[in-house]
Parts: sequence; structure tokens; C-alpha cells
Amino acid sequence: MGIRLSRAAATAALCLLAVAVPASAEPLAVTEIAPGIFVHQGTIAEPAADNRGDTANMGFIVGDDGVAVVDSGGTPELGRRLREAIAARTGKRPVIVINTHMHPDHVFGNAAFADVPIAGHATLRDALAARQDVYRQRLTEELGAEAAGGIAPVRVDRPVAEEVRIDLGNRIIVLTAHPTAHTNNDLTVFDRKTGTLFAGDLLFIDHLPVVDGNALGWLRVIDGLERMPAMRAVPGHGPAVVDWPSALDAERRYLTVLVDGVRRVLKAGGGIQDAVARVAEGEQDRWLLFDAYNPRNVTATFAALEWE
Amino acid sequence: MTQYPLSGLLAGLLLVLSTPVPVAAADRADDVARWDLLHDMYFKDRPVEEAGGRIRIEAPARAYDAALVPVRVEVEPSLRLKTLSLLVDKNPVPLAATVRFGPASAGSGIETRLRVNEYTNVRALGETQDGRLLMAEAYVKAAGGCSAPAVKDPQEALARLGRIKVKLPDTLAPGSPATVQVMISHPNSSGLQFDQVSRTYIPAHYIQSITIRSGGQLVLEAETDISISEDPNLRFSVVPIEGGSLEVVAHDTKGASFARTVPLTAGAGADGPAL
Repeated sequence: MGIRLSRAAATAALCLLAVAVPASAEPLAVTEIAPGIFVHQGTIAEPAADNRGDTANMGFIVGDDGVAVVDSGGTPELGRRLREAIAARTGKRPVIVINTHMHPDHVFGNAAFADVPIAGHATLRDALAARQDVYRQRLTEELGAEAAGGIAPVRVDRPVAEEVRIDLGNRIIVLTAHPTAHTNNDLTVFDRKTGTLFAGDLLFIDHLPVVDGNALGWLRVIDGLERMPAMRAVPGHGPAVVDWPSALDAERRYLTVLVDGVRRVLKAGGGIQDAVARVAEGEQDRWLLFDAYNPRNVTATFAALEWE
Repeated sequence: MTQYPLSGLLAGLLLVLSTPVPVAAADRADDVARWDLLHDMYFKDRPVEEAGGRIRIEAPARAYDAALVPVRVEVEPSLRLKTLSLLVDKNPVPLAATVRFGPASAGSGIETRLRVNEYTNVRALGETQDGRLLMAEAYVKAAGGCSAPAVKDPQEALARLGRIKVKLPDTLAPGSPATVQVMISHPNSSGLQFDQVSRTYIPAHYIQSITIRSGGQLVLEAETDISISEDPNLRFSVVPIEGGSLEVVAHDTKGASFARTVPLTAGAGADGPAL
């Protein structure tokens, strides 16, 4: 305790010395993928000390009257750095923060936007409320208590049940709530001006898709999404921007293999362990983080499909 | 081990003495202390023997989903076990289930799914007709299974609550043991799941008993607790009788009953709402 205290005191002293620079975070690197649309690309990895929890894509859309933030990053610090990037690149203020779903790598940066309303799927509030404690504990284990400190209480000011349009000033964005797919609270954001779709984690590229909802439902949602008149999309994980709708192909293939494989094991009277050992093994070399997530995807899909 | 308790002890001592002190020694001592406590709590001063292959427990060394850890217990049918208990040592309620077998059971074991809250031993304890306790164990690395909000789609879960599904093998012959799976749709809320908005724990609400009969005769009677995963799922073996049916009755902690009876004939099984 004494050591901690003196270190804190030393840090405080250093901060005082560096007082010429305001105590602000370093702006996140962002790319303008279409006029007025900026994306920060996260690392494809699980949150860990070496990536400081920066494992998901986030972005912002600039209108005449203000900025819409789409996902805020995996820690309060990442949220602050995103806010710095918005200030540096636009000089405009954020007017809405949109969370594409409940996962911590997309929402814990909300802490940096305490003065901005938050929009999300109508079920986001309950889903996150039930999980936030567990997510906070996990982040503490991954990055330490300091990084996980200051996570904001669950807040959804603009719940979206079906579709909501937001006018950012000479720019209308469309928020669409989807049925259970990646999670039970997936929301996409479509910028009509440039035909850009923020797909959230309904679109995984390179990173193995993670089923925390329902694989069959996800395939149905993909069929609907595919018809959106988008030119390009921003995936929740993967490159900053990809072509639409061809970017859906790999994910659809994996989910189809997953569902078909689990159904085969069920038909043969096998159990979860049999399914985990076999299902989708041919996909192993086609994705990153396969070993981390495929067994969980198979388990979740087995538990859902055995009620068919 | 029971036949030669001294040599077993000596062998154990030798093993301890000849092995360099492992890093996890403290953890292991903790595991032993935990089991001593549970032994005393659930089985008092009754001796517990290693089952030595007559009971085998199979669980993933590292769980894919801590809220849904499949566990299979295989029992040498000639043991004709009276009861079989499943324990998850480090869980808040360690005793997951106690299954009492009846005359219509084929006695070859059970399979179910458990919540696992931290790295722990999972044990199967069989009680023989003459009152001996035989134990098998497996170590499972998992965390957070009891507090995890496993229900991925609460609306769908609510719509399905109480549904019972029975899966029967493709071939069924009277007199020869058959494996049957019973699934009961229920959130099995552990009471340890915290809601950040209401700042309260979701009240415990779980299936506490499952009784299975075949042709009127008891197959098994299970007392179950919060260490059993949501949508309690049991696989067991039964000896079908000519023209018999399988009856499932379950009760939860709010006093609700769920029941379903299906003919014990070959096929993909049956499914439907609780009666």
C-alpha cells in the first residue's frame, strides 16, 4: 500500500511537471474510408496487455451538426482516445454514441461519452445489465484493475426496436435492430450518403465469427442484410472497410458448416463432446482465433439445435 | 486401496517424497482441504474408495462454456449402484445432483451438463447396494459458470420454458438396455446472476427433482441443484418393457411441475409442451 501510494505520488508529480500539455489521451489512429466516415481498426486478438484491449473496430460519421460514434472501444481509455480523434479530425462534437451490441470490446469506451446520449438495440440494456459485472471482472483479469476502472453504468437512452433515422445535419443515418444472430441485440448503422454499412459483429472478417446468439438466426439475418443497398461495409472485426455484399461469403460459409455439422452429430445421436471434436474442423486454417472460439460456437449451437 | 490401505498410503508418500515440489502444490493442498470439507459435509464419516475404473468420469479438461460443461459418468452395470452423486468441489453449491436408480434402470451411468465456477475437481460418487462409496474424479478448468448469464435469448427461453423433449434411440428392443435423453427447458437460475441495472441478483429458480419411470417402474429419481446447467439435460439407460412408456416428471423451486409421457418405441423421440 505504501509503495502504491508513493508511486501514485510520483506519477502525480510527473503530471505536474508535464502541465504544459493538457491531460488528454493520444488520439486513436483513424482512416477516412468514405467522405466523412472514419474508422479505427482494432487488432484481431483477444484483449490482452499487449493490445490494451484494442481488439474491435470503431468509427464515426460526420454530419453538419455533429458526429455519430459507432462503438466506443474496449476500455474507457480507448473511448477517450476515440473522442480525441473526433476532436482532431472534425472539430465537431459527438451528438450520439451508437453501440452495435453488448460485447465489452465495443461498449466499455462509453465511459468517455458520459455527456452524449447512447443508442442501442431495444434489448441491449437488459442484456448488458446481466453481463456487465462478468465483463468487468474479465477485463480486470486481462488488462488489470486500472484499465478496467471507471467503466460507465449501463445506459441506453435511445432504444431501437426496429428502425430509427438520425439526421446529423445534411446526413441521415439509419439504425436497424436485428433478430437474434451474433447476440440478441445486434444493430447496424447505414449511411445513406455514401452507401456505407457499419455491420458491427454481424460481419466478421478473418476473426472467427463468434456465436453468442443463434447461428441459424444469424444466417437468416445475413440473407436480409445482403439486400441492403450498401457499397461497402465496416466489419466489427477485420479490415477497416470491405466490399459489400461479397464480404459476407466467408462468414456465411462457416456458419453453414457449423449448423450442418452440429445437425449431423445430433442425428447420429452424438453428444456435445463429439460435436466439438469434429464440427467445422475444415475451417481451422481459414480463420484467426479458431481454437479460441470454435468449441464455444459448437457448444452453443448444439444446445440450441437440439431443441429443433 | 481399501484392501491394502497401508501400501496405498506408502505409495502415496513415496510419490510425494520423490516428486519435486510442484508450483501448484498450494492449489493441490487447497483442493484436498476442500474435498475433506465436502466429504464431511455430505458423507460424514463414511469411507470413500477410489472407483478404479468401475466408475469413470469424463469431462473436458478446459471447458468451452463454463455454464455448460458436459459430463459423462460411466458405471460398470454389474455394480448395480443404489445412488450416484455428482459434485463440483469449488461451486457455491457443490452437490449438483444425486440420482437414485430404480429397477428399470440399466445401471450404466448418466450424462448431464454442469456449471463450473472455478478451476475444480468434478466428482462422481456411486453408492453400492451394500453401502460402499466409490469415487471417480476429473479436473476441469473453467470459470464463472454459476454467475454467467448463459441465456442467450431470454425471450425464446421464456417461450420454451417447461417444454420437455425425449430422445429415443433408432432401435429399441424390450429387455435390452437403451440410452435415452431427456431435456427440460428451464432457465435453472442460480441466484448468482447479477443485474447491473436493477442492482439485484436474479432470484434462484431451478429444477429440483426429476423422476423417470418406465412402464410404471422407477428408472431414476434425481435431486438437482443450481450446479446443473440451464435446460437440464439427462442421458441415462433404461431397460424397456414390451408396450411400455417413459414418464418424465420434474418439479422446480417455485412449485411448478412439468410432465411428459412418451411411448417407448423406436424413433427420433418426442417433443411437446409440458402437460
